[in-house]
Amino acid sequence: MNMKKTFVVVSLLLGMAALAAAQGGQVLLNAAGATFPYPIYSKWFDVYHTAHPNVQINYQSIGSGGGIRQLQAGTVDFGASDGPMSDEQLAASKFKILHFPTVLGADVPSYNISGVSGELNFTEKALAGIFLGTITKWNDPEITKANPGVNLPSADIVVIHRSDGSGTTYIWTDFLSKASDDWKNKVGKGTSVNWPVGLGGKGNEGVAGLVKQTPNSIGYVELVYAAQNGIAFGKVQNAAGKFIKADLASVTAAAAGAAKDMPADFRVSITNAPGATAYPVSSFTWLLIPAQIQDPAKRDAIKDFLKWMLTEGQKYNEGLTYAQLPKPVIEKELKAISLVQ
Amino acid sequence: MSAASTTITHEVPPKSGLRAFVDRLRGGDEIAHLITLIASAGIILITSLLVLELWRTSYLSRTKFGWMFFWTKVWDANFDKFGAATFIYGTLVTSAVALVIAVPLGLASAIFLSELAPRWLSDIVSFLIDLLAAVPSVIYGLLGIFIVVPLMRTTLGPALKKVLGFTPLFAGPNYGVGFLTAGIVLAIMVVPFIISVSREVLLSVPREQREAALAMGATRWEATWQVVVPWARTGIMGSVFLALARALGETMAVTMVIGNNPQISASLFAPGYTIASVIANEFTEATGDLYLSALIELGLVLFLMTFILNGLARILILATERGGGRPA
Repeated sequence: MNMKKTFVVVSLLLGMAALAAAQGGQVLLNAAGATFPYPIYSKWFDVYHTAHPNVQINYQSIGSGGGIRQLQAGTVDFGASDGPMSDEQLAASKFKILHFPTVLGADVPSYNISGVSGELNFTEKALAGIFLGTITKWNDPEITKANPGVNLPSADIVVIHRSDGSGTTYIWTDFLSKASDDWKNKVGKGTSVNWPVGLGGKGNEGVAGLVKQTPNSIGYVELVYAAQNGIAFGKVQNAAGKFIKADLASVTAAAAGAAKDMPADFRVSITNAPGATAYPVSSFTWLLIPAQIQDPAKRDAIKDFLKWMLTEGQKYNEGLTYAQLPKPVIEKELKAISLVQ
Repeated sequence: MSAASTTITHEVPPKSGLRAFVDRLRGGDEIAHLITLIASAGIILITSLLVLELWRTSYLSRTKFGWMFFWTKVWDANFDKFGAATFIYGTLVTSAVALVIAVPLGLASAIFLSELAPRWLSDIVSFLIDLLAAVPSVIYGLLGIFIVVPLMRTTLGPALKKVLGFTPLFAGPNYGVGFLTAGIVLAIMVVPFIISVSREVLLSVPREQREAALAMGATRWEATWQVVVPWARTGIMGSVFLALARALGETMAVTMVIGNNPQISASLFAPGYTIASVIANEFTEATGDLYLSALIELGLVLFLMTFILNGLARILILATERGGGRPA
């Protein structure tokens, strides 16, 4: 129903472009969606194009919501999303859509407290309380008991969250929903939610900037962003009760912990995953592939790309600070490629 | 063929009608008429298509929430509850703050540039002002984050609180971001429009007006304030409403400094949210149909607000014209 006219015009233009490409024996694939994995996707598409000069993949990082809508409207050949599509969304879709996890992401708590420079430990209850607004002071017992020896001030906590809809917020609120029933019932999880307290910053840079400038504040940013910009962040208690600092290994461990109960359609949340070394605020990000692709050239190209992405492609992850998929997940996905017909 | 047209073809020689048309074409009248007509019809067409499309695509939200959309304060995508009240409030407050700061500043400097400054200085400054008007808004946003926000938190905010803290306008915690900061950044953005347009209008006031006032024994300032400014009143108001339109619709710079927290608070220190900001923030990731529809309805509301405020501006200008000032 939304913006059908625009879609018609855009798809006509894209169609013409595709036609021009097909004449040269080329396969042109259009994709759109999540912004979080954009750096690794553009790297993959570029390297894949160099190895397979006849396949060109254009990716527009317009956001997960836009990716899902364009896929359903048939404007793009495949989509990408930071959150799995809901049952209602899949039921409303005119065709079957398959989820393929590509890389892993994680959120980290970043804070700025006067007189505190060390790494803080956060229990899941502490984080849920802070973001719900029930824990309002830095020297609240829920925070101090996890940080013996740290002299926390009795200052008011300023909560900073993302103002733009984003996969980062999806991961964070998914974690908080598991941590607290209050959060689950009052706020819930999503790419943008009705925050009980706090200030909103636009993008990771907006949140990081506000945290840096505002005394006694706490916010959450993507691990990739924090690592690339040298932002200090705290540890979070995982399901096994251990305080874990997010890094590539602990994020992959979270995926491995969740891999045992991986549903066939890969739509799984890995926040608070089991495993002593698993970092609890982690998530997959997915490619959304139609189960049926009419054009045989496109179908073969997409299937070949998926296979390449799961094997060769994963090597490029760590260079761009994305965690690799664990082996059992890759094996399951390789089998699932045959579902694309 | 009707009787009337037959009469005409009989009365006028067959070729002369065509010749007359060709003559007029040569003269450029017909072509100019046609081109300008198409151009102005295009504007009307674009505007109506815009409204129609907003109206159509906001159907789900309009039917579900009705008029309550304007009064509801909750905006919650997870529970499918959408209301525009906090965003309307934020948009109006930030624009009002911007005008309160920008109008006196802009008008005063326009008067200086047109009436008091030497012509060479006036030309240099107005060139710089036109440059300011062309600066992308994200630059103003960065300026806001790195300069206005820290200044507000450490210096300006505490000072205001000390002097005016007893009023609800300057009560409550001061985070540095909020209505006031957004208003100040907006004021910086719109002041070039006010100066630039007002200066042109003031310069276009006929020299005789000034000379007549001076001949009557008025001082230079009296001539400026009592004769020149009232004469240019309509144009100055036009510049103010141009500034208002820019302030209402500004997205990027406001999003960066307003705090993005949908709430209605009397305190100007409090964080808020505007319509343009929430659309920019949430549109890309809005997955639900109702959610998207509600965001589009917000766009419709913003359009309506601009429409109403512009209408009020017209009425205001008409009223002041009748009350004197510039002769018809």
